[in-house]
Amino acid sequence: MTRELTCIVCPMGCGLKVELDNDKIVSVSGNTCPRGKQYAINECTDPQRTVTTTMRCDGGVVSVKTDHTISKDKIFECMTIINSYFAPLPIHIGDVIIKDIFGANIVATQNKEAAWTIN
Amino acid sequence: MTDLVIIGGGPAGMSAALAAYESGIRDILILERDAALGGILQQCIHNGFGLHKFGQELTGPEYAWKYEKRVHELGIPYKLNTMVLDITYNKVITATNAEDGMFEIKAKAIILAMGCRERPKGALNIAGTRPAGIYSAGTAQKLVNIEGYMPGKNVVILGSGDIGLIMARRMTLEGAKVQAVCELMPYSGGLARNIEQCLNDFNIPLKLSHTVIEIHGKERLSGVTIAKVDDRRKPIMSTAEYIPCDTLLLSVGLIPENELSKSADIELSSVTGGAVVDQDRQTSVSGIFACGNVLHVHDLVDFVSDEAEIAGKCAAEYINGEKCSNISVNLKTDGRIRYTVPQRITQKKDITVYFRVSDVFRNVRINIKNGDKTVFSKKKNKVAPGEMESIQLKAELLDGVSELNLELEEV
Ligand code: SF4
Repeated sequence: MTRELTCIVCPMGCGLKVELDNDKIVSVSGNTCPRGKQYAINECTDPQRTVTTTMRCDGGVVSVKTDHTISKDKIFECMTIINSYFAPLPIHIGDVIIKDIFGANIVATQNKEAAWTIN
Repeated sequence: MTDLVIIGGGPAGMSAALAAYESGIRDILILERDAALGGILQQCIHNGFGLHKFGQELTGPEYAWKYEKRVHELGIPYKLNTMVLDITYNKVITATNAEDGMFEIKAKAIILAMGCRERPKGALNIAGTRPAGIYSAGTAQKLVNIEGYMPGKNVVILGSGDIGLIMARRMTLEGAKVQAVCELMPYSGGLARNIEQCLNDFNIPLKLSHTVIEIHGKERLSGVTIAKVDDRRKPIMSTAEYIPCDTLLLSVGLIPENELSKSADIELSSVTGGAVVDQDRQTSVSGIFACGNVLHVHDLVDFVSDEAEIAGKCAAEYINGEKCSNISVNLKTDGRIRYTVPQRITQKKDITVYFRVSDVFRNVRINIKNGDKTVFSKKKNKVAPGEMESIQLKAELLDGVSELNLELEEV
């Protein structure tokens, strides 16, 4: 079986072809660099994604992300957890807000001071 | 008199300021319309920024912060909440803010970095009513990501530019159902990776050669009628399909924000909507430079930063009196290549020429011709309008030439 994928590791977006024998990966082609091959292997075994979203905080929202990729099928569970939290202010880029969900931490990607107001 | 005034404190403005500083300029002022530096990146909370510049996948606010932090560390002055009202060709800037009122600054050099804006939805000729629930994709992005407000639950998106794709995923993550992304053209204007991770990951259908032909609903949007279009982009009525929805997002393209450039009599390109520039990103008005989305719409902020660094460094050279133009070569395109940046070369040196194509082409050669003679040729497997391309032009190709033609040849 052949599976066609688009590599999402960088903006080149190479078209990848994965040759599969049952669930075993026989070969990967179309990748411009080794990261593409690794992506294809992950994609056919345990697809991974970074989740970027916002978390509620005093006076609005602050942007956050998973500091590592998580399994693609955990994205919505991850969202539910993030949306049940309230971020403490002040907050700075890289601050860990939730520890270890699905193997990643939820970290802030924005700086926000306590007196921040929506403009 | 101020050495360098930069209009806009987004990624282009900040990169340009830092590059000028590194080239020895200290008397710099950034004027920013918003309440914070960072520009549009503040609302682009998804990742994918910075792979070229930092070898890391950053979110928009994180990318902006890399530059903002440097601006703070170096003490480069900036004014927020400041609206520039006018620029003249002799480089007098009129601006206003609550603190200073209306004020004038005379600058030795100006860098335009005002970014772009979305095409107004009024320009879309869709039949039907105009109920609430119709937003541009960028406005929706601001509502969701900055204000934490979801504009709707049941969404159709018209236009498959990157913002439309990103918003399809964003609204899905926040619990909305995105019914379809319709694209008038037979290809998407967005990056392939965004189609994969924003649509395919969530089984959102991308309907190519489709458009919205009617809007329904009295006060609130109740649905849209979509239809396939033929080769001439005319809707095929027999394919019309009604989709109930409460939100329509329009992602129909961006245009450089050049109102100010017009007041300074800067020559604009009818193709890019931005200024016509030389290799230094200097416009037709000497000492006024342009970079970032105000010059031409970019798909990657990393390229915005690169371009802004050129503008910042060259503006510094201009201020220090080190600029000398010794040639004049116009770069022309054949239509299949829509435009180049720069459009003009005034100095003999190695130059990276960026260009964008008008359609999707496979197995092509990009040829540079001097009259009938091909002086450079490069093969590309695939080129698409959504992805900016570049070629390296060697200085020796510029000898005794007044015009070079960039052509796309299918092989
Ligand atoms: S294969 Fe390498 S170059 Fe191609 S998209 Fe993936 S990471 Fe980028």
